[in-house]
Amino acid sequence: MAISLIRRLIQALFVILAMTVIVFVGVSVIGNPVDILINPDANQAERLRLIAHYGLDQPLWKQYLLFLQGLMHGDFGDSFVYGRPALGLILERLPATFELAISALLIAIVVGLPLGLYAGLHPHRISSRIIMSGSILGFSLPTFWVGLMLVMVFSVELHWLPTNGRGATAEMLGVQWSFLTRDGLAHLLLPAFNLALFKTSLVLRLTRAGVQEVLPQDYIKFARAKGLADRRIIFVHVLKNLMIPLVTIIGLEFGSLIAFSVVTESIFAWPGMGKLIIDSINLLDRPVIVAYLMMMVVLFVALNFLIDVCYTLLDPRVRLDAKA
Amino acid sequence: MTISPFPEAYEAPPEPGRLRRQVQDFLRSPAAVAGLCLIIIIVLLALFAPLISPQDPYDLTQLDILDGRLPPGSESFSGLTYYLGTDSQGRDILSGILYGLRTSLTVGILSAFAAAIIGTTVGLIAAYFGGRTESTIMRLVDLQLSFPTILMALMMLAILGKGVLNVVIALIIAEWATYARTVRGTALVEREKEYIEAARSFRLPGWRILFRHLLPNCLAPVIVIATMQVARAIGLEATLSFLGLGASVTEPSLGMLISTGYQYLLTGLYWISFFPGIALLITIVSINLVGDRLRDVLNPRNV
Repeated sequence: MAISLIRRLIQALFVILAMTVIVFVGVSVIGNPVDILINPDANQAERLRLIAHYGLDQPLWKQYLLFLQGLMHGDFGDSFVYGRPALGLILERLPATFELAISALLIAIVVGLPLGLYAGLHPHRISSRIIMSGSILGFSLPTFWVGLMLVMVFSVELHWLPTNGRGATAEMLGVQWSFLTRDGLAHLLLPAFNLALFKTSLVLRLTRAGVQEVLPQDYIKFARAKGLADRRIIFVHVLKNLMIPLVTIIGLEFGSLIAFSVVTESIFAWPGMGKLIIDSINLLDRPVIVAYLMMMVVLFVALNFLIDVCYTLLDPRVRLDAKA
Repeated sequence: MTISPFPEAYEAPPEPGRLRRQVQDFLRSPAAVAGLCLIIIIVLLALFAPLISPQDPYDLTQLDILDGRLPPGSESFSGLTYYLGTDSQGRDILSGILYGLRTSLTVGILSAFAAAIIGTTVGLIAAYFGGRTESTIMRLVDLQLSFPTILMALMMLAILGKGVLNVVIALIIAEWATYARTVRGTALVEREKEYIEAARSFRLPGWRILFRHLLPNCLAPVIVIATMQVARAIGLEATLSFLGLGASVTEPSLGMLISTGYQYLLTGLYWISFFPGIALLITIVSINLVGDRLRDVLNPRNV
């Protein structure tokens, strides 16, 4: 087990290294690094100083090593817009994005799991068909447009919920959180629901498919034959076997939620990483872009690694396979 | 059975009437037929947009700023009726939607097909040659698939810069891996079948076996994925345009129209964002309905 974990860790580090090459090639070879790294408003002396500072007069392989070195120190250069280290800017906004993504994930599970379970256990009821049709709509509706419609209905027409920002925040563990205050919670509700829509459909469909796969199995028939209560069969035998695909998807989707929060944050002016990266792309604030991309790479590789670990913990067969 | 001297006789096992049966199968679902009809209508509307739309929304001389932000059903001074209202530039929303559909469909179809061609070729090569080629390709595919599409697209746009063409490139790069993985999976199964062995025993050249024998039998999942990807690509293009990374303000796509309408939404002018969104929704839902049915009819194992 330890050996397979170490092997996966090495693989993960290798992926990160490969992605640094891609990002480096993208920024330094395809794009023009002088334009990318140096503020267009800089004067000639400043330009030359920065070209020397970033080592742009050096050969490519040396530039790559310098890029790696900066990476190790978490130094991506200063943002042109804010004039502060790019990584710091992103880390500052990380909690807001995490809060949004976790809330959306919770909504997706709390709504999607029971509905999927219901649709899977009673596939022929009309209510199940309505649920399944609804989930197709959830897949097809463009997230950003749903966001706008939510704003239109709940904020503009009904005046129930605010349209932008995080609202009042409270501190916990040295970080500001919205969900701790009433006002913050009101601000969180619409964006979280918007972000959750697609994932709710996904969790719902996966749960239903899983239930239908598990139900005909012998151990369910046996449990029935033993005379176990339906409740126990569903919550112990069925749900337990649904966990593996669900954990994978939930883990993978958490990353995609963070990526997709770009859209929701832009609509609701939620001050997270996603809004920052869109603003940065529009303003060509490249140090922030590079920092964001590398940050996401590390995040995704870490997530995939965690999912692998969860796998081994949840499914003993995976562990045996690794040993063999 | 006589042995033909022509290897063509050993290509894909003939199944008389298979296509016809599949078409009949497809037509049995009312939802899929409705989707197909809607797609045909949408494509026709987009194709003939210059002929049927009341106004050329990309021609700034035809726009009258005085007609800006009129609600649906208003009439302009020149007697033109704005059935779906106008945007802040005085652009007729209906015309904007018809022209916007052209962009959306072009981006969707172009990127899905280019990605299908690249991904299928790569997947076939991986399955056919195996060994080092295969493991290298599949590493790359796995690496790519571990990142969500929108992130890959953002990454490409951050490097390439804004613009519709760059969105197409970004979508191709973000989507090819899905095809490669599926085609490889199917091809691995097909590779072991007798007709490939027969073709090999004729010493046909590798590329010929690959494209004339293996490819036709791996197409079912490609068709299903490509259909779904067109819908996904249209949605992503709209999303990226909404974020200001795609179409320009002067030649708006659906996503751009929705984006320009957003600031007015807060003051109650709903139609600028609402109607283009409905058009987008209808397009995506119809394509998905057809794709869903295709999946059932063609019944590929690993999609």
